[in-house]
Amino acid sequence: MQQSLSGARSVARLLGGGSRRLSDLLFRGFTMLLVLFVIVIIAAVVWVLVSNSMPTIQQFGLSFLTNQAFDPVHDVYGVGPAIFGTLVTSAFAIIFAVPIGVGTAIFLVDFCPRALRAPLAFIVELLAAVPSVIYGLFGFLVLAPWLQSTGEPWLQKYLGFLPFFQGQFHGLSLFSAGVILVIMVLPLITSVSREVILTTPSAQREALLALGATRWEVIRHAVLPYARIGITGGVILALGRALGETMAVTMVVGNQTSPIGPGLFNTGYTLASVIANQFNEATPGLFFSAVIEAGLLVFIITLLTNIIARILIYRMGHRVGGLTT
Amino acid sequence: MSILVQEQQPAANPFQAPRTAHNARRRVSNIAIVVLSLLATAFAVAVLLYLLLYVLRAGLPYINIDLFTKIPTPNGEPGGGIGNAIQGSLILVGLASLFGIPLGLFTGIYLAEFGGRGAFATGVRFLVDVLTGVPTIIFGLIAWVYIVVPQQSFSGLAGGVALGIIMIPIVARTSEEVLRLVPKELREASLALGATESRTILRVVIPAASSGIITGIVLAMARVAGETAPLLMTAFGNPFFNSDITQPMESLPHTIFTFAESPYQAQINQSFAGALVLIVLILLTSFAIRWATGGFKQRGR
Repeated sequence: MQQSLSGARSVARLLGGGSRRLSDLLFRGFTMLLVLFVIVIIAAVVWVLVSNSMPTIQQFGLSFLTNQAFDPVHDVYGVGPAIFGTLVTSAFAIIFAVPIGVGTAIFLVDFCPRALRAPLAFIVELLAAVPSVIYGLFGFLVLAPWLQSTGEPWLQKYLGFLPFFQGQFHGLSLFSAGVILVIMVLPLITSVSREVILTTPSAQREALLALGATRWEVIRHAVLPYARIGITGGVILALGRALGETMAVTMVVGNQTSPIGPGLFNTGYTLASVIANQFNEATPGLFFSAVIEAGLLVFIITLLTNIIARILIYRMGHRVGGLTT
Repeated sequence: MSILVQEQQPAANPFQAPRTAHNARRRVSNIAIVVLSLLATAFAVAVLLYLLLYVLRAGLPYINIDLFTKIPTPNGEPGGGIGNAIQGSLILVGLASLFGIPLGLFTGIYLAEFGGRGAFATGVRFLVDVLTGVPTIIFGLIAWVYIVVPQQSFSGLAGGVALGIIMIPIVARTSEEVLRLVPKELREASLALGATESRTILRVVIPAASSGIITGIVLAMARVAGETAPLLMTAFGNPFFNSDITQPMESLPHTIFTFAESPYQAQINQSFAGALVLIVLILLTSFAIRWATGGFKQRGR
């Protein structure tokens, strides 16, 4: 578009149309001003997080990342259990959401009756439109009580030899948070995978079909190798979402520190839920700074995952711009 | 590839694959994948339907006029409503739109019309994309530090600013995409008629893309209407009607959150009723957008 405008402009100049008008300069200037303002906002985000974290960074250094206690009484702060909880719940979510999400995408592109494709894809995308607090409400009042009374005992009975499923049933647990996150990141993985799978050149599919391949073999040998990078980007995008999810996780994760161990039925904390729970009591000084540093950590982690994901998706040469959720 | 090296007797029907153990395995694995992917889709659809039906069943009996017009009763007595939250949500989304739409729209205009593929525009585009992935509670922290802490009070203004920042990338990227879809002949025609660049953009390009831009704006408004985390530390909450944006303000998602964890059954019921109101609003918006953009029509492969 840029070329088209400047091209037409140079033609205008050749015809003696003169240089840029004042109104154009004003319009450009105004646009630039607002863009710069957006950049200033982003810079302010970084500045607030970094400058307000300095007290705890200077006081505790790297031990902030491993310290078990978040203890305002003794003014000692650490987010070890929160980092652990964030990683465990997000890993759980990704492990289960990737096969389901990619499977759904494959079904929607390849196997689904043509008439049902668009409606089903829309329904899956609706999962992303449901606000986080409603997942939290559902998780807190329906899913967690059910897991405590039925789901977790059942898992322990049959899979109790695995260290993940040992221990007491709390309902509000890392496990509940993981299950809610599976549902929340599912639509993201599905829609990115679906968009990417749709871009596979049909010549590739037809070539394999002509060789007598079954539809699964077409997916296995033509579609997935082509879509791999884009799907990976979508998965990392989903990971970033899971790592930073606040409301739903805060409502079901228990918000109590348990000893770090493999047990998924333990209550836990995540970095984002530390912020949501603690900012209210935060007194100026180290406490305030510790809450902000938890925010800084969430910011850095999600920033890195997003940058990696965007690079992968850009490399697919396919922009998933509408996917803002 | 193994499927090419088959030394079998010619079958009676040359279009029928020979019935060998190898082909049987291929057929079985093909069916297995169809079934597994069907199950995955069924899971996603079932989860959504169960969630919607559950909220409908738990919330519908408590939808009444009082819910929309009254404020909560003290101590969770039955009756009362969440009118303060609905009023607060409307004000907050309005404030967020005042702040977020101009910034988002002009960023979109810059990216589509002026930036092109230059390094600066690529950088801005990348920043805006990355902004969408940042957890929204971070924007709440920013508004908290810059507005709530100096003012020494939670306020609707802080909430509106936090939500507005969340709107920026959504509006910017959708506007950019639809502005790029406007045919260049339209611009050239306008410029050839002697219109200036700014006039071309404001009077020709933006009107041509207006339905797409509005879609992006509505999408962004629906998105922030359901946000809770950034409001915890900005608008906070308020058990009374309040239209003063310098004071704490209730919002629908915040009411759902606090009532869900309430010890009183009456408030839990109202939490579901509020969730039903919110979810219906958001689903209606999604349907309207999909209908307006023609998304229900066939999108072929």
